[in-house]
Amino acid sequence: MNRQRVTSLLAPVAVALVATVGLLALADAPPLQALGLIGEGAFAGRGRVADTLMAWAPVAIAGGGLIVTFAAGLWNIGVEGQMVTGAIAASAVARSLPGDRPLVITLTVLAGVVGGASWGLIAGLLKVKGRVNEIFAGIGLGFVAQAFATYLIIGPWQRAGVASTSGTEPFRQETWLPTVGGTRLAPIALTVAVLVLLGIRLVMRNTRFGLRLRAVGSNPASAALLGVPAGATTLRAFLVGGGLAGLAGALLVTGIQHKLVPAIGGGRGFLAVLVVLLAGSRVWVVGLIALFFAAISVGSSQLQLRLNLDSSLGSVIQGLLVLTAVLYGGWRARRERSAPAIAPAG
Amino acid sequence: MEATLASIVAAAAPLIYAAVGEAITERAGIINLSLDGSILLSAMSGFAIAYTTGSVGLGFVAAALVSALVALVVAWSGISLRLNQVAVGFVLTLLGAALSSYLGEGFAHRPGPAVTPRPIPGLSEIPGIGKALFGQNLSVYGSLALVIAAAWILARHRFGLELRAVGERPEAAHARGINVNRYRYGAAALGGALVGVAGAAFSLDQKLGWSDGHTAGFGWIALAIVIFGGWQPIRVALGCYLFGALQVVALRLQDRVPGLAQILPSLPFPLMIFALVLVNAPALRRLMGRSSRAVRWILPEAPAALGRNFAPE
Amino acid sequence: MTLAISDITKRFGNLVANDDISLDLGAGTLHAVLGENGAGKSTLMKILSGVFSPDAGSITVDGAAIKPGSPRAALAAGIGMLYQEPLVCLPFTAAENFRLGSRRSVRTARDDLVDTSRRFGFRLGPSVLARNLSIGERQQLEIVRLLAAGVRVLILDEPTSGITADQRQTLFAALRRLAAEGLTVLFVSHKLAEVNELCRSVTVLRRGRVVGSSALPRPESELVRMMFEEGASLPARSPVVARGGVVAELDSVDAGDGRTGIRGAHLRIRRGEVVGLAGLEGSGQSALLRALAGVAPIRRGRFRIAGRDMIGRRQRSFAESGVALLPGGRLEEGLLPGLTIAEHLALAAAPPWIINWRDAQARAVEAIAAFRIKGRADSTADELSGGNQQRLLLSLLPARLQLLLMEHPTRGLDLDSASYIWARLLDRRRDGTAIVFSSADLDELLTYADRVIVCFEGRLIAERTASETSVDEIGTLIGGSVAVGAL
Repeated sequence: MNRQRVTSLLAPVAVALVATVGLLALADAPPLQALGLIGEGAFAGRGRVADTLMAWAPVAIAGGGLIVTFAAGLWNIGVEGQMVTGAIAASAVARSLPGDRPLVITLTVLAGVVGGASWGLIAGLLKVKGRVNEIFAGIGLGFVAQAFATYLIIGPWQRAGVASTSGTEPFRQETWLPTVGGTRLAPIALTVAVLVLLGIRLVMRNTRFGLRLRAVGSNPASAALLGVPAGATTLRAFLVGGGLAGLAGALLVTGIQHKLVPAIGGGRGFLAVLVVLLAGSRVWVVGLIALFFAAISVGSSQLQLRLNLDSSLGSVIQGLLVLTAVLYGGWRARRERSAPAIAPAG
Repeated sequence: MEATLASIVAAAAPLIYAAVGEAITERAGIINLSLDGSILLSAMSGFAIAYTTGSVGLGFVAAALVSALVALVVAWSGISLRLNQVAVGFVLTLLGAALSSYLGEGFAHRPGPAVTPRPIPGLSEIPGIGKALFGQNLSVYGSLALVIAAAWILARHRFGLELRAVGERPEAAHARGINVNRYRYGAAALGGALVGVAGAAFSLDQKLGWSDGHTAGFGWIALAIVIFGGWQPIRVALGCYLFGALQVVALRLQDRVPGLAQILPSLPFPLMIFALVLVNAPALRRLMGRSSRAVRWILPEAPAALGRNFAPE
Repeated sequence: MTLAISDITKRFGNLVANDDISLDLGAGTLHAVLGENGAGKSTLMKILSGVFSPDAGSITVDGAAIKPGSPRAALAAGIGMLYQEPLVCLPFTAAENFRLGSRRSVRTARDDLVDTSRRFGFRLGPSVLARNLSIGERQQLEIVRLLAAGVRVLILDEPTSGITADQRQTLFAALRRLAAEGLTVLFVSHKLAEVNELCRSVTVLRRGRVVGSSALPRPESELVRMMFEEGASLPARSPVVARGGVVAELDSVDAGDGRTGIRGAHLRIRRGEVVGLAGLEGSGQSALLRALAGVAPIRRGRFRIAGRDMIGRRQRSFAESGVALLPGGRLEEGLLPGLTIAEHLALAAAPPWIINWRDAQARAVEAIAAFRIKGRADSTADELSGGNQQRLLLSLLPARLQLLLMEHPTRGLDLDSASYIWARLLDRRRDGTAIVFSSADLDELLTYADRVIVCFEGRLIAERTASETSVDEIGTLIGGSVAVGAL
């Protein structure tokens, strides 16, 4: 790593750190202890490491999908909603399908992929056929998905006797991902996440699909003239992005919640957007930053328990980091720009 | 009936501030996507200040300042840093929500001050509309005045004309000696302040108090209504009233139709998507090319330079 | 009122767009600034109107210096500019555009617009949307606006490239009258005939420098010698190659949207021939080229390539039939900003599922040498200059083509690049490729095309053999002065 890249990473971290310390001071909390607690909460002990890794997997998987959509120039903010439809589809299978664990889990997870991909496909069709901006389509579809999940939970899938928004009845144990070592760690989830990231790296680097994605992201009209089926490539990007978000949603159902709850995405899709904004298109950086953010999310729950601070401080730190990184990047680019101007045509 | 009408007008007031404010910002070419987080943050700040000082007015001022600042960050990142306004707005959406939750914890679930009702004597007794238009409080009157003022200024006043030109074709405005980026900063600050007022109108009037995620979703709804309303204050207001009516109806039916309250907030979005499909349909676009003012009002266009950064040289 | 431009220098990176330019103009002058594309005319005019600020030099009006880089200051000093593409807001009415930038009320804006346009014989309805005005009418609107703003120096940047012959005459009459009233008119063009017809004096720019000035009229050959390097002359007419069988047949074809679309087009294109499309911008040439390329859908009619029906086919089958399009906006429509030359070539080579980057790299190195592209295999398209972008586009074309379609193939290029590119294009013709291209440059059309087809308001209204027509005739035809249906 060269020096420039080190500063471009360190400067935002420093700013975010200072701001966080300020916020902690505002709440009369000892800053060092608080930051230490976050680290402790994320990594001290097998159980917490397991929780952090389980928080990492869905974010990393959704992030992998976002690399694909971002490459095609698409702001797939609908990722959160695609996670929800994935979770809904997975729940539908988990609720109803009899049979042994391997079969049920496989089908549940596949259903999640299909559920997410279908929601992605709708956003894609709206974009390609209806020329609807994917940000608004994605947000809109996300709300619809949330509402549908809520409807299922208090309606057709309600717990016996009570119509409560706290979630459905837990699914039977055969649908739960097997865990190890008495923790919540499900090796299947981790393996899937790692495979997804490796797969994305391969696709983006060495395949025609990856090159076509970047061509469409750069300029759809030119790409079409160069023989790239622009519309189809966009749809495929949405299918992959949505499918992976759905996969993440399915893992939330089978690996963590074991039931359907209203806001099952819990902002993890949006968190994945932040991760990719910060990491760019480099797959291993996405994996690392997803881990870092997962650790912050898991670790900050300790703040609540030990310092009586709101655990949302974790989200504040994540948001501050990305904001300062984005702004710092823009500021640096401006300094470089101010040296040589660009010649206009004519 | 009269009471229903009055509660619809009141329920829509915060959304009107937010949506008309955003419409003004977008008309100048800046897209401030941060609304959902910004409203949360200002709702929290407004309540916190009013709670601490006991002054509702100060609460509104603080809320306006907070959201204006958020909007200025978006504007600055686009204008000076030439960053993608959508990216920065999105990050601020999440950051605003997280900050409101962190900073607002101490103020959650507490009874606090509220805007006092100020029915206008005489006028509020007019049968039918009196209660709805004149039996409200300052926050609601302000929303009505805002719609009329914004519509008039955008359509007729020099400032409105120049603002629209800045968002439509900044090069043309620049060549006429108009300071494009000053207008954009101004529109961002003004629109942002209105978004802040929306937050305070929630926490100090329509949805009293503060709790975690108090106004979550309303920012996105406002963004959707701006599109649905074609960036025109009167239409935007109609969209807000439509949503207000849905809210009021849902509240009445809550006991009979379980889950309506949870599902309702998602209703504007299919409408927004439908509006977007309609607005972008090539056949309608063609029709619009030759159309009259009336058809233009029904089938509006997004400001041509929306989200596009402008550098004078 | 006198305008003095002193020692203006402006650089963009390494390019010196204006190099120490000075110019003095008195009141009532009709002065031309002449130069080929890229000579620095537009940059100088943008500095004059305050859109760009110069790196050095000053502008004074009646001895008072104007603050550089401020359109407001330039306007206040009485300098107004009419852009090649008139800067009006399309969804605004004429009256709103007229009012924009002034302090008029809605009502006075309307009245003043009507009054001022009547004075010049312009017919501009105040409530008409600018979108529904022709380019010529938008120009008139801008001129009226500038005059009402009290402009004393009127700059017109290539004002005749998008308007009809009639509108040009109306424009010239108005400009003569303004000069007679004491306005200074600065007319920027690369069209010799117009400059000779309208202006009384001329300054010639070449590569950012003033290379001469003269009174007008003056023989065109002498002006050409000033515009181009010593010894340069207009390029030679291309040799006619024997034509073969029909490549493409169009019958009663409607394509494209509304105003800029094409209607009822009949056309036969033969192997090895070069067809030039003349017409005002947006008269249907682009729609026709795009329909031929399969980019814009054909709504009605028959279209065959080499006997194969092409209606309703995807773009891919056009490519398979040997059809390629080089669009006018190279970076906007043809290339992929941010992607490297090697990546472009890899895409264009219709790669298998897995891409072999070593091969792609090798192909890029070959193409760079063969097409004399100034760049490396890992240079991105946006880093290349306009000429090199066009070369890259050429290198991406498949080896064998039936039909090559081009918009403005040499727009914005220097002479060297332009003649190199035409040489490569004409090479392809010897292999039987038919070429159809549009150009705003009538000389280019007459030099390289075998026949020229004139588009007007979405119809193909006339056809001329290039060797038997003239710039004047085509120039009149593109204004529509032929009965519709003559073809």
